[in-house]
Amino acid sequence: MFEDFFNVVKKRFNGDEEEKSKEKETFKCPRCQTNVLLGRYEELHRVCPNCNYHGRLSAKERISITVDKESFREFDSGLVSGNPLNFPDYSEKQAELREKTGLNDSVITGTATIKGSPVVIGVMDSHYIMGSMGSVAGEKITRAFEYATENSLPVVMFTASGGARMQEGIISLMQMAKTSGAVKLHSESGGLYITVMTDPTTGGVTASFASLGDIIIAEPKVLIGFAGRRVIESTIKQKLPADFQLAEFQQEKGFVDMIVERRKMRSTLSHLLKLHGYYPAEREV
Amino acid sequence: MDNNKSAWERIQLVHAKGRPTINDYLPLIFNDFYEMHGDRLFGDDKAILGGIARLGSTPVTIIAQVKGRDINENKICNFAMPHPEGYRKALRLARQAEKFHRPVICFIDTPGASCGMPDEERGQGEAIAKNIAEFMTIRTPIISVILGEAGSGGALALGVCDELAMLENAQYSVLSPRGFASILWKDATREQEASEIMMITAEDMVRLGVAETVIEEPLGGAHNDLDKISENIKEYLSHKIQEKCKKDIDVLLKERYTKFRKIGDFIE
Repeated sequence: MFEDFFNVVKKRFNGDEEEKSKEKETFKCPRCQTNVLLGRYEELHRVCPNCNYHGRLSAKERISITVDKESFREFDSGLVSGNPLNFPDYSEKQAELREKTGLNDSVITGTATIKGSPVVIGVMDSHYIMGSMGSVAGEKITRAFEYATENSLPVVMFTASGGARMQEGIISLMQMAKTSGAVKLHSESGGLYITVMTDPTTGGVTASFASLGDIIIAEPKVLIGFAGRRVIESTIKQKLPADFQLAEFQQEKGFVDMIVERRKMRSTLSHLLKLHGYYPAEREV
Repeated sequence: MDNNKSAWERIQLVHAKGRPTINDYLPLIFNDFYEMHGDRLFGDDKAILGGIARLGSTPVTIIAQVKGRDINENKICNFAMPHPEGYRKALRLARQAEKFHRPVICFIDTPGASCGMPDEERGQGEAIAKNIAEFMTIRTPIISVILGEAGSGGALALGVCDELAMLENAQYSVLSPRGFASILWKDATREQEASEIMMITAEDMVRLGVAETVIEEPLGGAHNDLDKISENIKEYLSHKIQEKCKKDIDVLLKERYTKFRKIGDFIE
C-alpha cells in the first residue's frame, strides 16, 4: 500500500505517465488466458512466462534473436511478385502489405553467422499472406539453397506457412518442386540443412522443403501438419483431439527430431552447426 | 483438338461416369504387366498401382493413381487419394527402376492426397516432400501423364519428371476450384467462376511451361473411343521414352531441374 502511494507520488513528480502505462500494458495469453505484462512477454521474445506459449515472431524479430549482431546480409530484398492469374486485387494487396510489413514477400533470406558459424538463413513470416509460398518465396528459397551449395554453407530455415499461395495457382504448386529440387542438390553436395518449424507449418510447405531437413527442430506446441484441421474434421466428420498436429504429436510420430524452446534455439543451432564442422572463420586458420 | 471448351466443361467431362481410368488403359498400352505391392514400411495402398511391364519391347516401371469406375472400386482405392504408404511405394518402385535402368512412367489422376487422421499420423507431408525431392535426381528417364484431374501436392508427388503430358481435357491445379472459391471468396458455390480464372487446362499448362505436350482425345472426350485414346498415349510414350533414353543421364537431370527451376512470376 505504501508502495502504491509512493508510485503515485513519483508519477506526479516525474510526469512520465505514458511510459508507465506502457509498462503496465498487459498481454492476454491465448493459451492459458493469463494476463501477463506485455513488457515481460516481449522481453522473453514473445513467450508466455506462465505457460511457455510461444507466440509468433516477425521474420525480422526472429533474425535479430538468432544471428550475431550486424552479421545478416539479405538476399534479393527487391524481388516482388507478379500476378500470373491476373487475380483481382492481388497486386494492390501486396503493395499494401509491403508497405505495412516492410517485407517484400513471405520469406527473408540471406547469410549470417550464429555464434560465429557462417550460415545461409531463411525465415518465413506468417504476417505476410499467412506465410504462403508463391513465386517470390519459391525463388528466394531456391536461390538461397543454390548459394549455400556453391559456397559449401549450411542452411537454417525457419518455416511458418499456411501452404501454397492460392492467388498464384499452379505456379505456386511448382515452387514446391523448385525448392525441393534445390534442397536435394544441396544435400547431395554434403551440405547440412536444419529446419526449424514454427507456428504454423502446414500444407505445401510441409509437403516440400520444410520436411526435408537433415535435422528437424520444432518450437514447443506449434502446429505442424499437411492438411488443415477443418479439412480433416470435415472429411472424417468428427472433432480432432486438441493435441493433434502439435509439435509433440509430430515428434511422437517420428517426424520431428527435437523440440527446442526459443530461449535455447540460438545455442542449439550453434552447437549443431559446430558438430557438423561449421566453425567460426578464425578457427579454420 | 477441340479448343473451344471452357475449363468448366472440361471438368465435367473428366468427372463424368465412364471416363477411362488406368485400369482401362493399362492392357491397351502395355504388355506383360506384373504388379508390385507395398512400401516395405507399412502396407500396400490401393490408390497407387505400381509394377513392371513392356512398352513395345522396352521394359518400363509404371506408377499410377487409381480412380475407381464405380463406388465399390472407389472404396478400395480411396477415390484415388493416396495415403503416405502409396507415395512411399511409388518412391520404392522408382528407385527399383533406377537400379535396373528402366524408364518410369507415372499416370496422374487424383483430386489430391488423402487428408484423414491416419495420413497425418503417418506423415503425408513428409511422404510427398520426399517424392518431390527424390524424383528430381532419380537417374532414369521419368515421363508423367495426367489422365484426368491432378490436384495439389498429391499430384505433384508423381509429377516431378522429364516431361509432363496431359490428355486434352485433363486439369492440373493447386487445389480444386471449389476449394479455391471457398478459401479466397469464402463462397464454394463460385467454383465455376474459379475454374475459369485459375488456369488449369492442358493448354494453360503448356503456355506456363508446366506441361510439354497435349495428347489429343477423341471427339467428345476419351470415353468415346478407348482404343483411339490408348493408341495416342502409347504413341506419345513410345516416342518420348526412346528420345529420353538416348540422352546422357547427367544432361537429362540438369534439364529436369531446369524445367522446374525456371517457373515463377516475379519482378527483379
